[in-house]
Amino acid sequence: MSKIANAFAGGKAFIPFITCGDPDMETTAAVVRAAVANGADLIELGIPFSDPTAEGPVIQGANLRALEGGATTDRVFELVKDLRRDVSVPMVFMTYANVVFSYGAEKFISACGEIGIDGLILPDLPFEEKEEFLPLCHEYGVDLISLIAPTSENRIAMIAREAEGFIYLVSSLGVTGMRSEIKTDLASIVAVIRENTTIPCAIGFGISTPEQARKMAVISDGAIVGSAIIRLLEQHGKDAPSYVGEYVKSMKDAISE
Amino acid sequence: MTNPKGRFGIHGGQYIPETLMNAVIELEEAYNFYKNDPQFNAELSELFNEYAGRPSRLYHAAKMTEDLGGAKIYLKREDLNHTGAHKINNVLGQALLAKKMGKTRLIAETGAGQHGVATATAAALMGMECVVFMGEQDTKRQALNVYRMKLLGAEVIPVKTGTATLKDAVSEAMREWTSRIADTHYCLGSVMGPHPFPTIVRDFQAVISKEIKEQMLRKEGRLPDAVIACVGGGSNAIGSFYHFIGDKDVRLIGCEAAGRGIDTFETAATISTGRVGIFHGMKSYFCQDKFGQIAPVYSISAGLDYPGVGPEHAYLHDIGRAEYVAITDEEAVQAFEYLARTEGIIPAIESAHAVAYAMKLAPTLAKDRIIVITVSGRGDKDCAAIARYRGEDIHE
Repeated sequence: MSKIANAFAGGKAFIPFITCGDPDMETTAAVVRAAVANGADLIELGIPFSDPTAEGPVIQGANLRALEGGATTDRVFELVKDLRRDVSVPMVFMTYANVVFSYGAEKFISACGEIGIDGLILPDLPFEEKEEFLPLCHEYGVDLISLIAPTSENRIAMIAREAEGFIYLVSSLGVTGMRSEIKTDLASIVAVIRENTTIPCAIGFGISTPEQARKMAVISDGAIVGSAIIRLLEQHGKDAPSYVGEYVKSMKDAISE
Repeated sequence: MTNPKGRFGIHGGQYIPETLMNAVIELEEAYNFYKNDPQFNAELSELFNEYAGRPSRLYHAAKMTEDLGGAKIYLKREDLNHTGAHKINNVLGQALLAKKMGKTRLIAETGAGQHGVATATAAALMGMECVVFMGEQDTKRQALNVYRMKLLGAEVIPVKTGTATLKDAVSEAMREWTSRIADTHYCLGSVMGPHPFPTIVRDFQAVISKEIKEQMLRKEGRLPDAVIACVGGGSNAIGSFYHFIGDKDVRLIGCEAAGRGIDTFETAATISTGRVGIFHGMKSYFCQDKFGQIAPVYSISAGLDYPGVGPEHAYLHDIGRAEYVAITDEEAVQAFEYLARTEGIIPAIESAHAVAYAMKLAPTLAKDRIIVITVSGRGDKDCAAIARYRGEDIHE
């Protein structure tokens, strides 16, 4: 049984996304601890990439700041080792295929297993290409997380049947970023997912307010929030941890109602 | 050469967000149907011949041949096509395909602006909406082409992210496509990106080598000894090479942009300096650092200023079927000026990279050898930038 299941065991999961090294690794570590202390169930850690094609302007900015601040894959691994001294909630990496491939897929994925990373989200690795990393993920006990999008349609069942860890349901067309309204008929997508798998399904992309998170959690198993948290980092820099903690609490409270 | 998942050896594939998967599958299915549809092919031939001005000339550059004193040189004049470059071949094919698929809007990335102009042209012709993404840096280098696109009814969006050049324009066009798929076709401009684009673009550009072969057999009664073309993403090169791949005695030579030199960081010579990676939907060679961060590449030529190369070129390199050489800014500018003075032809600065290598190669070959240089585009767009490079400030 995947450790990721623990994140969903106690009810609806709140999953914050944080770009590692924005603006520096100490701040990231403090932000993760603040999020966990305030009820985050699973942490999605972004390894910065120079050209994040699935991201909107807010997370693009975080990637840039992190790289300018000297973030590297090795330093992210060090950060996770430090976090694992006291953080026990599941943690997954979100990055791009080239970051894994270029590091050496086996070296990268085995390191994930060693330092306590439970899953890998790669937005540019669709179902058809998952064999690139899946055998190594199985070997080192890292779940390769599948994404399902509003355009997946006839592909939902195929993806869900082979999914592991949890399913990342993309709420809207386009890139990451805050949206005033989410129009996709997500409930019917979740219904097809439920027919094909028992693993949990969390919704991400465009969620920023407690009300949106609550709505998403009602129809699924949890909510993933990135840009709204990155925005707090952008505004408060090194002082962000307390603001992120407060925000995570408001979101967790909303989805637990 | 393409297997069902669009692989060229280890290269190619479909490394894109799930949101786009059904769109590329739909595109592949439509292409597989229309490529064998006589009606589609008749319409495309009509557009190629009557609208774009094909076949393009295979011109014997007698003065250049004499001056260099070696191999006999022919120029494949893609610069004479409507809109001034080979880009129109691919765009007419994709626009017609998109129209058949019921799409009403074309989006495109552009570097030098030639692909953007070609896309805007096809959109105007076919009554489609058109949005072109162009690095802000390139909108300055190629202001004339920005104006041409606007004149043709396209919206030009300057991309300010990253290095504000071609790679960022591709990223932004991909982002736009994920947000609006139903009515929109992404008219990718080179033999790159996720399958099926490298195959579709190659097939539409393969008309270049098909014509070279026919024209060469007619003029010389034999095949050339070498075909030389510039390589950014590599569409005019693969178009020039394609029908010769099986003819092992024909050397295929791709000329990459070395920028200020392959031993500097200011280069865009992907095969010379890059390594295998996964980016922009494909596995291929990329300029990148040891952690896989894509390098900020540089070339005087906005059209070759890209950190990757099409997957079929990566494969032709791996199996040793094609050679890839790097040409510096200075060598390209000299070739640009040389062709203008010697033959009265001002080539695009991209194409000048191919001319530059031919100037090195021709004198080393015997006079009974024949080389073909693809002049992929015309150089009007580059005149202001080359003048600046030479220290002369001209106002367009």
